[in-house]
Amino acid sequence: MAIAPKKNEMPTQAPEVRAHNFREVALGYSLEVAQAEAARCLNCRNRPCVAGCPVNIEIPDFIRQIRQGDFEGAYQTISRSSSLPAVCGRVCPQETQCEAQCTLRVKAKLDPVGIGRLERFVADWHNEHASDQPVPPAQNGHKVAVVGAGPSGLTCAGDLAKKGYRVSVFEALHTAGGVLVYGIPEFRLPKAIVAREVDTLRALGVDIQTNVIIGKTLTVDELFQMGYEAVFIGSGAGLPNFMGIPGEALKGVYSANEYLTRSNLMKAFRDDPATPIMKGGRVAVVGGGNVAMDAARTALRLGAEKVYIIYRRSMEELPARKEEVEHAQEEGIDFRLLCNPVAILGYQNPDNPRDPKNGCVTGIRSIRMELGEPDASGRRRPVPIAGSEFELPVDTVVMAIGTSPNPLIKNTTEGLEVNRRGGIVVTEEGLTSRERVYAGGDAVTGAATVISAMGAGKTAAKAIDEALTGTDK
Amino acid sequence: MYKIVRRRELNPTVTQIEVEAPLVARKAKPGQFIILRVDEDGERIPLTVAGTDPSEGTVKVIFQVVGATTEKLNHKQAGESLQDFAGPLGVPTHTEGLRNVCVIGGGAGCAIAMPVAQEFHRLGAKVTSIIGFRNKDLLILEEEFNACSDQLIVMTDDGSYGRHGNVTIPLKEMLDAGERFDMIIAIGPLIMMKFVVSTARPYKVPVTVSMNPIMIDGTGMCGGCRLTLVSEDGTRTTKFACVDGPDFDGYLIDFDEAMSRSRMYFDFERHAHEAACSLFRQA
Repeated sequence: MAIAPKKNEMPTQAPEVRAHNFREVALGYSLEVAQAEAARCLNCRNRPCVAGCPVNIEIPDFIRQIRQGDFEGAYQTISRSSSLPAVCGRVCPQETQCEAQCTLRVKAKLDPVGIGRLERFVADWHNEHASDQPVPPAQNGHKVAVVGAGPSGLTCAGDLAKKGYRVSVFEALHTAGGVLVYGIPEFRLPKAIVAREVDTLRALGVDIQTNVIIGKTLTVDELFQMGYEAVFIGSGAGLPNFMGIPGEALKGVYSANEYLTRSNLMKAFRDDPATPIMKGGRVAVVGGGNVAMDAARTALRLGAEKVYIIYRRSMEELPARKEEVEHAQEEGIDFRLLCNPVAILGYQNPDNPRDPKNGCVTGIRSIRMELGEPDASGRRRPVPIAGSEFELPVDTVVMAIGTSPNPLIKNTTEGLEVNRRGGIVVTEEGLTSRERVYAGGDAVTGAATVISAMGAGKTAAKAIDEALTGTDK
Repeated sequence: MYKIVRRRELNPTVTQIEVEAPLVARKAKPGQFIILRVDEDGERIPLTVAGTDPSEGTVKVIFQVVGATTEKLNHKQAGESLQDFAGPLGVPTHTEGLRNVCVIGGGAGCAIAMPVAQEFHRLGAKVTSIIGFRNKDLLILEEEFNACSDQLIVMTDDGSYGRHGNVTIPLKEMLDAGERFDMIIAIGPLIMMKFVVSTARPYKVPVTVSMNPIMIDGTGMCGGCRLTLVSEDGTRTTKFACVDGPDFDGYLIDFDEAMSRSRMYFDFERHAHEAACSLFRQA
């Protein structure tokens, strides 16, 4: 039988419907479609997809199990490598990782197998059908502390707990999940799914303590005094970057972190929220990453009549996950590419200094760009076109141009080496300049992906295990 | 959950609570703050630490009822619990080498100024305190300030208690009389802090102000608490009150911008507060 050249389509809510609700956009494969998609896998000998996965899931194995109807077996295969299967199936940039390596794509020039969609199918099947929680393994007597309950911390904690370590995770916010709860919106990753994955870790014996800010409530050195034998730092993204252009302090200018935190973590999208957010009107989001897409699509769902993405390079260089860009376009987000903001404009009533509208955003002025010679990143550098400035009338501006690592731990941990940008310096195993202190995720790399953070958590868990049980032998 | 151990109303709109939070109690220093949520799905609000009892494991905070969240907080009685209580956050007030200080508190800002005055007193510095209120009914913490100040001046806007007028009047008199404080620490409404700075400027006496902008996480993640510092040559720098502050050099703060930003959700907050009040009236 010939292999279908195209991936099976992912059913979604219709764009005109989903643009006005926060329910999940992608609806997931049915059992029949999942098995049909699984049948496209060649089960090739050299398994390039596994190498393309930052946590090396045995992809052909779980796909074969789907084909055979052994969905729980498929789940067990995935969870041997990933602590958060339902999350990764939804937010991983598969097109640049596992699916980029798929033999169907590379050799046969067909669509790759829909690995991400199959992973999501398996995780959702398990969450729907499996009733028994995992049983905590026998303890090995070692204690490890994990800082931050985001993707890297939860992965590290899960891997160590499965090996019998007593793991405590310290989370600064009131809810576990990190960027999965404060950053990624409900319509892309339902919070009930994150809560379920966290509950699975708790069932494995992982102790999660919220409202503890390492670097403030407790220091890394105090964790060692408390008997923890190793510490993994996964404290995540830090302070948002701004452009340094006039008008960034006007009322109605948000960092993407603030905008998304208000909507996702603090539930400002609800009808009668405790935490306010500016809704409606016209919104400009500056940036081209996944965070920019999330902010733009959140704005639309909060009731904006018009949403722009302003990005200084072209569609080709846009770093966001392809599916999110397509979804955003379908929903009517207006992409203003090769444009760079130069000023945010505000209102000032010349006759009334007490006018409550004073200091509110009225527009954004940008300059058109063209692509010049490649820069250090290998991408063609955008160069402003003289005299091409133009204004868009907007009420809200969201800056989604990255973050710099959180300074709290660096400032309170003596001997912890950081690089010029404030990222913690680590070896390939995730070891920092301090003995038995490991780190991974955005705290090391600056803003990156969920799966790369998970990969770093996994690597560190392995190194911690070798360091601690190595001393027993 | 974090239990309220004791609760005391200082005036009709200002209440002091002591909350069980042993880890915070062990660490908090004057000038630092905590973030709390009253209940599930509640707002995160920053409140400055007004004192600690490490042996009992409690942290004292004082709040003024200004919106829906503080209204709900004010209905929590001793014995009841708060959903979340995290800290201590921010950098403690700088005290080193300061031997002669003037601590100025305005309204509910006195709750933040009090532990700072107490700390300077404990360290043996000469403490002059000026505290100001709209009227006699709103006066708080007079006894506490008396106990830790070498001199205390109470001001009311309407003259119903202490001296008549605002806090800059005695400050200017003292500066005119040749008093040279090592530092003036001003904590209160933005407009008060702005005028303390302009009063002190001709005398070149350094002023520290405690900023209390809108915040969400309080840990250096959201950037909502950003402020602009303007240096002498006009260079503008963005700083974050949660990790760089809340104390800043008063001469550098762009107060007009901070005042504008503080009113960002004015309408929302007024409506939410009215809704919360009517809810409590019905109950």
